[in-house]
Amino acid sequence: MSTDVRDDQGAGPPAGTGAATGPGAAPVPEGVAVRRVERPGLVAETSEGAQELSERERTADVELGLEVGSVLRLPEGAVVDPSDMNVERRDDETMIINMGPQHPSTHGVLRLMLELQGETVLRTKPVIGYLHTGMEKTAEELSYVQGATNVTRMDYLSPLFNELVYSLAVEALLEVELPPRAVWARMLLSELNRLSSHLMWMATNGMDLGSTSMMIYGFREREMVLAFFEKTTGLRMNHNFIRPGGIAADLPDGWEDDVTVICDTVETRTYEYDELLTGQPIFRERVEGVGTLTAEEALALSATGPLLRSTGIPWDMRRTMPYLAYDQVDFDVIVGTYGDNFDRYAIRLSEIRESIKILRQVIEKMPPGDYRTSDRKVTPPPRARIDESMEALIHHFKIFTEGFEVPEGEVYVAVESPRGELGCYLVSDGGPRPYRLHIRAPSFVNLQTLPVLLRGGLVADAVAVISSVDPVMGDVDR
Amino acid sequence: MGLEDLQHNFLTGQLEELVKWARRNSVWPATFGLACCAIEMMSVGAADFDISRLGMEVFRASPRQADLMIVAGRVSQKMAPVLRQVYDQMMEPKWVISMGVCASTGGMFNNYAIVQGVDQIVPVDVYAPGCPPSPETLLHAILTLHEKIATGAITRRPPAEPLPPGRDDRWTPEVPDAVRVSTPR
Amino acid sequence: MTTTEVPKSGGTQVEEVAFPGRDRYLEVVADYRGSGFETCSDLCAVDYLRHPGRRLPEGVAPERFEVVVNLLSLSRRQRVRVRVQVPEHDPAVPTLFPLYPGVEAMEREAYDLMGISFEGHPDLTRILMPEDWEGHPLRKDYGVGRVPVQFKEAPGPR
Repeated sequence: MSTDVRDDQGAGPPAGTGAATGPGAAPVPEGVAVRRVERPGLVAETSEGAQELSERERTADVELGLEVGSVLRLPEGAVVDPSDMNVERRDDETMIINMGPQHPSTHGVLRLMLELQGETVLRTKPVIGYLHTGMEKTAEELSYVQGATNVTRMDYLSPLFNELVYSLAVEALLEVELPPRAVWARMLLSELNRLSSHLMWMATNGMDLGSTSMMIYGFREREMVLAFFEKTTGLRMNHNFIRPGGIAADLPDGWEDDVTVICDTVETRTYEYDELLTGQPIFRERVEGVGTLTAEEALALSATGPLLRSTGIPWDMRRTMPYLAYDQVDFDVIVGTYGDNFDRYAIRLSEIRESIKILRQVIEKMPPGDYRTSDRKVTPPPRARIDESMEALIHHFKIFTEGFEVPEGEVYVAVESPRGELGCYLVSDGGPRPYRLHIRAPSFVNLQTLPVLLRGGLVADAVAVISSVDPVMGDVDR
Repeated sequence: MGLEDLQHNFLTGQLEELVKWARRNSVWPATFGLACCAIEMMSVGAADFDISRLGMEVFRASPRQADLMIVAGRVSQKMAPVLRQVYDQMMEPKWVISMGVCASTGGMFNNYAIVQGVDQIVPVDVYAPGCPPSPETLLHAILTLHEKIATGAITRRPPAEPLPPGRDDRWTPEVPDAVRVSTPR
Repeated sequence: MTTTEVPKSGGTQVEEVAFPGRDRYLEVVADYRGSGFETCSDLCAVDYLRHPGRRLPEGVAPERFEVVVNLLSLSRRQRVRVRVQVPEHDPAVPTLFPLYPGVEAMEREAYDLMGISFEGHPDLTRILMPEDWEGHPLRKDYGVGRVPVQFKEAPGPR
């Protein structure tokens, strides 16, 4: 702490003292003793340095080019001249504001820096990493049985999808064959999870647009699905139920009735949502034409999921590159036209109805049998067998202490999560733990569309647009 | 000048009870949902596990208007200064519930990226275990906090204890008391 | 170039993996893009410090790092993977940003967590770690950062 006490005889600071009067210091009134104290330990504000949005004159032209998506609209072979980018240099009129990371409407800890000209958004830079958990590093320390507990917490709104893609990747390397009941049960749980995730999206999207009733409705429906999950998997969220080899336990008795009740209730309620939101003029005005994305932009920015489908491209991996048993159920792929917020809302609402359709077919077609592979090197034996058979005891012990070994290799498997393409790139070195586990997070990639979506729009629409991109920060930061 | 300056006597006893009643029945949480626990916190705010009956459904976005910070989720190294900043902006009296195991101790993520317990950054009043804690657990934590507010003293703060050797003055000066309260079933 | 057969429930998916050298990397990816791989699904980096003896095709010299690019063709419903070897003493590859702008965030993550620089990237800064963090956490010589926990020193997978 340094103190600088001036008495009332000084006319002004001597020319050499820089510390006393910095650029932000107030002018000293005449004849007044002044003390300035420095407190170096106090953190004044958080600063992420080069990760933040900086003023135009300090930004390289090639980065400024990101805002106009210049690379996306050029024909093949054309060359971008970076000095063409900086055409709107009127610095006295632009303002850089900061939203978050603690903000009620940014879907978790997303920090958004916006450069505004009046109310119009020019540049956007999402600053992420506030939820970085080092899950990919942790995965290298956990065995394959434990891995699902780690992965499930990435996209915490659709945890079963994370577990599913992880299990599919491990099984691809293990080359195990799953019994059909395991496959169909996984499909059941995935579609229920898609239902709960989209209901949650409807709730938070409604809340972001100001409709508190939609929040309550969405959570009310979601509680029904979570109650079923609790009955089946033991937990409401982060289930660790879909494991390599099948699922952890069989579906409970009476699950068909439970799922039918869920389907019927949610289906009638979607018509209530239509009354509340879809036809309502205020809602339509707020979401139509806002945050438009074209198909070329979406493909260039690697967007997937409802974001891509809203631009008109009918890419849904359940239909185009089917996994599990999606080629044996009948459902429609919902595609939008204009790529705006309304299209994404309509796609998600319709996907709720399509998921219900799939669930009804799964209820009819669920095959009986084993719920996990009988390869005892991969899945633990039933607990009753441990008392009878020495081999079962040894398998149980090995699986839960050291874990099973996966042959050397690498694989990339992707599924269609409610947010987009959720992929898992798994490298194994032949040991009981993954050598490298990389999850291709849909929200992480979809966030790159935010600068393009927000450019030219109003700052008041920023929250609605972020909400329609539906980022889940656990997925983004991992 | 405030309640703390009044001498504790028969008359101010009733006033204290009134103040404590008012404080615990309208604890307004600040939104600090970080990860999966935030979803369970939102469930508690929604219709099935209504915290509106406890007077808490208004999640204030501005920390200046909030009494309670429910740290819901894992706190990463990048988020830690932000957490402290938001906590500092809250006005006294303020409480902190550490929701979930990640906020309480670092949880299953014992690695470079997660702060091993939010009590390294802010003083915590109630810890709610679970991954994520079910809404019932969070309600229990909130009711425990209410008991703590009801039984705590506000006009006679205990004198500051001398710091143990090795701890310097710039460490957070508030020491949370350990309260063991049995809530009737 | 190599292909591997990966069985999956419902059928067999053939994975095609290409192993260009660093000098031909951009050219190979541009060729794929021209032949219908419209979007890049994923770009990540792998540190092979602890597994140097991995299986590679003839003529590919193993290095410490690899940059793995997964491309997706919507029209042909096909995926292809491109793996580039990156040496430790010079961890830099050209950026794919002019071809696929969607790799911007993915390359920043590979830079942040693995330390591989992408030449020509418009904004190569840390994305997940704080700005003043030292080191690249996902490298194999960077520890997990475990804090010792009482009574939890039993040997096991952790």
